[in-house]
Amino acid sequence: MKGIIGRKLGMTTIYRDGKALGVTVIKAGPCTVIQKKTAAAGEYDAIQLGFEELPQKRAEKLLTKPLLKKFEAANVKPHRVLREIRINNPDEYNVGDVIDAGIFAEGETVDVTGWTKGRGFTGAMKRWNFRGGEASHGSKFHRELGSVGNHTEPAKIWKGKKMPGRYGNERVTVQNLEVIKVDAENGIIAVHGAVPGARGGLVIIKSAKKPRR
Amino acid sequence: MDQYIRAIESEFVKKDLPEIRPGDTIRVYVKVREGNKERTQAFEGVVIKIRGGGVNKTFTVRRVGAAGIGVERIFPFASPAVEKITVLRKGKVRRAKLYYIRDIRGKIRIKQRRD
Repeated sequence: MKGIIGRKLGMTTIYRDGKALGVTVIKAGPCTVIQKKTAAAGEYDAIQLGFEELPQKRAEKLLTKPLLKKFEAANVKPHRVLREIRINNPDEYNVGDVIDAGIFAEGETVDVTGWTKGRGFTGAMKRWNFRGGEASHGSKFHRELGSVGNHTEPAKIWKGKKMPGRYGNERVTVQNLEVIKVDAENGIIAVHGAVPGARGGLVIIKSAKKPRR
Repeated sequence: MDQYIRAIESEFVKKDLPEIRPGDTIRVYVKVREGNKERTQAFEGVVIKIRGGGVNKTFTVRRVGAAGIGVERIFPFASPAVEKITVLRKGKVRRAKLYYIRDIRGKIRIKQRRD
């Protein structure tokens, strides 16, 4: 298991074997290992990665003192983003190591986690793909959700009933995206397919959990 | 940031195609795959639209086929299926999108462009 933090740059098209493929371009890394947890030390095997290094002055303004001390103790520069990634080979990483896009190879499959675009308070049609009603022909039932339950039994609305509400801005992982291109020098990874979130949104790339054979 | 996306695209943007403009009559040589065989087919007509940029730039060619049925095909400039383009006639038109020629019955007249 390996992983890296990045930001989504945008999408484009490439051609392979005469077919057009949609690819997402991600600026990944460089990430610094800030902390290491191991099962041997009574925890679990994981590394904490820092992404987007901050100048000292900026860091003092943005980060809390406890966090600054954490970076200091690890003897690494402060970073804007801090995320933990589970690993199964803790011996390969040490605090202070820098991980770049080169950890992934072209052709490999990865899982990409992102935070979807926030859509605010959304009706049932958009949020749950309800059908709604007719737009015309005398219909007075347009985009509503319809019945929400029965009468005397159960005489209440079931918990979890799909209704309008806040939609988006949730953590979503897309599995098994093929790595199309890796440019370790510039820290660029291009994957086949779409990735959750807006351009400039934070994404985490990990090796595929359930790769297809 | 956009530069990295362009760098990836640039590999696929073709530069050897001739410059075409809306109103031009062109012949597009398209690679067609039939089973395992590959051959080239020509599609001839008037360019009625050019849109997009980079790898996503496309052009639309319209021709009136048999029985007076209009046929429009959209080609990406970057598509590997587009083998070659020859410009048969340069046309002079006053708009970028020639949707109006869809409604013309009979002969479509486009002035020749000299440049």
